[in-house]
Amino acid sequence: MVELLSYGFMRNALMAAVLVSLASGIIGTLVVLKRMVFISGGVAHTAYGGVGLAFYLGINPILGAVAFSLGASFLMGYVQRKTRQRQDTLIGVMWAIGMAIGIIFADMTPGYKADLMSYLFGSILAVTNVDLILMLVVDILVVALVILFYKELQASAFDETFARVRNLPVDSLYVILVAMIGLAVVMLMRVVGLIMIIALLTVPAAIGAMYLKNMKHIMLLATGLSLIFTIGGLLISYTFNLSSGATIILVSGAVYLLALAMHRFCRTCPE
Amino acid sequence: MTIAKTMTHPQVEIKKLYGGYDHETILEDINLTINDNDFIGLIGPNGGGKTTLIKIILGLLPPKSGRVNVMGKPPQKGRQHIGYVPQFTVFDSDFPISVYDVVKMGRLSKKRVFRPLTDQDDRIIEEKLAWVDMLDYKNRGIRELSGGQRQRVYIARALATEPEMLILDEPTISVDFESRAKIYELLHEINLHGVTILLVSHDLNVISRYVKTIGCLNRKLHYHGEKEITAEMLKAGYNCPVDLIAHGIPHRVLAEHQEGR
Repeated sequence: MVELLSYGFMRNALMAAVLVSLASGIIGTLVVLKRMVFISGGVAHTAYGGVGLAFYLGINPILGAVAFSLGASFLMGYVQRKTRQRQDTLIGVMWAIGMAIGIIFADMTPGYKADLMSYLFGSILAVTNVDLILMLVVDILVVALVILFYKELQASAFDETFARVRNLPVDSLYVILVAMIGLAVVMLMRVVGLIMIIALLTVPAAIGAMYLKNMKHIMLLATGLSLIFTIGGLLISYTFNLSSGATIILVSGAVYLLALAMHRFCRTCPE
Repeated sequence: MTIAKTMTHPQVEIKKLYGGYDHETILEDINLTINDNDFIGLIGPNGGGKTTLIKIILGLLPPKSGRVNVMGKPPQKGRQHIGYVPQFTVFDSDFPISVYDVVKMGRLSKKRVFRPLTDQDDRIIEEKLAWVDMLDYKNRGIRELSGGQRQRVYIARALATEPEMLILDEPTISVDFESRAKIYELLHEINLHGVTILLVSHDLNVISRYVKTIGCLNRKLHYHGEKEITAEMLKAGYNCPVDLIAHGIPHRVLAEHQEGR
């Protein structure tokens, strides 16, 4: 372990694990409680279009990802709010179009494209110092917004109609939330890849929501679980020379199934 | 801040209202005045427009035409004086939140977005929880409660807004019979404390014992500010309370059900 820490890339990976867990624990809790899992998946995949475009233009892929991810968040958020029917279809279509744009731009970009794969499947061991700073900025933003609007976010997650009757800024809160999802998605993309983002965004929060009834506590537990999954998966993947992103997801998936089974079991037992 | 408590302004004033969704008009020519300290029960079949009417009064759905005033203001402004108890089938019954935090929602408002709640708010929350007899459950999760207990918590949340008026949408859906009586007793008491109440339900039998006046809503509103459902109202509202006809007592139903109070 000590020996591992002597590697710069490993130190960066562990730092990334901490920073990403904070965002995924907090945003994930809101995503799960507000039932926005599908939108989050859509945003993640659409972001790939931005990665492809950035590669084609020769700029930092993170910039492309941020632009597409925020754009997709707002568009999908709008679709979910304003259209009464077939919203899942529309989100699904955007999801696929985003991916396709990314692939076509990648095709059109000459040269070596292995790095594009790292956005699909994640590469926590390739996290750079610049990535870490970006992650820190997103974390600070997310924590600040959630602290500032905590009671309103909780109210509108639980019962949006009541919140609206109280004249709470429900629509602005929703925009803030989808923007936070967009930023969290870009962060998570570096670690587990966009294909598996949904798992890290939902599994820790879903486990928390099973056992706890206070949103703050769920956020904290989800952050902790996310950290355990990320670091645990990272160490296992390092030891057995496996893909880090997929290992992290399988670790969280296994724990989720275990938690679900335990929860079910406990419901039937007398106490 | 107690506007509209004066006798000159009714709390809710609806004139020639038509309402519904996109291409569907559900409410036709609704005229309704709700005065201070009324306790109105509206019955009607599902799809008769009960929830639509509530949504319009609460400014959640714009009317297609006609005029709606709440506390002498447009609904989106006036609604802050209304405590709303939604139909709870619309909730996620598995949502992880404590009873206390649910009632706390009633203390939130636009003005208080950046301000933390105070001891005064805590006091109000506990007082309302005590009123609905749920204070002992304040740290329980809402998902651990029975239907009746949950409904009382939502009533406490509405009361925590310190409203002039309560609006309840099907308050006794998925509530067992004993709890229903408890909920209506509670509403009766709240009304005695000067809070106007409008409730809609398809469950006439329970409603009729506690409300002051009753009306029938099936696209059109049949309400004359009376406590009895007349044969004409039934006829006009058609399939309104089918079970009422089945009981064979179209007149003086309420007297039939009333207890000595």
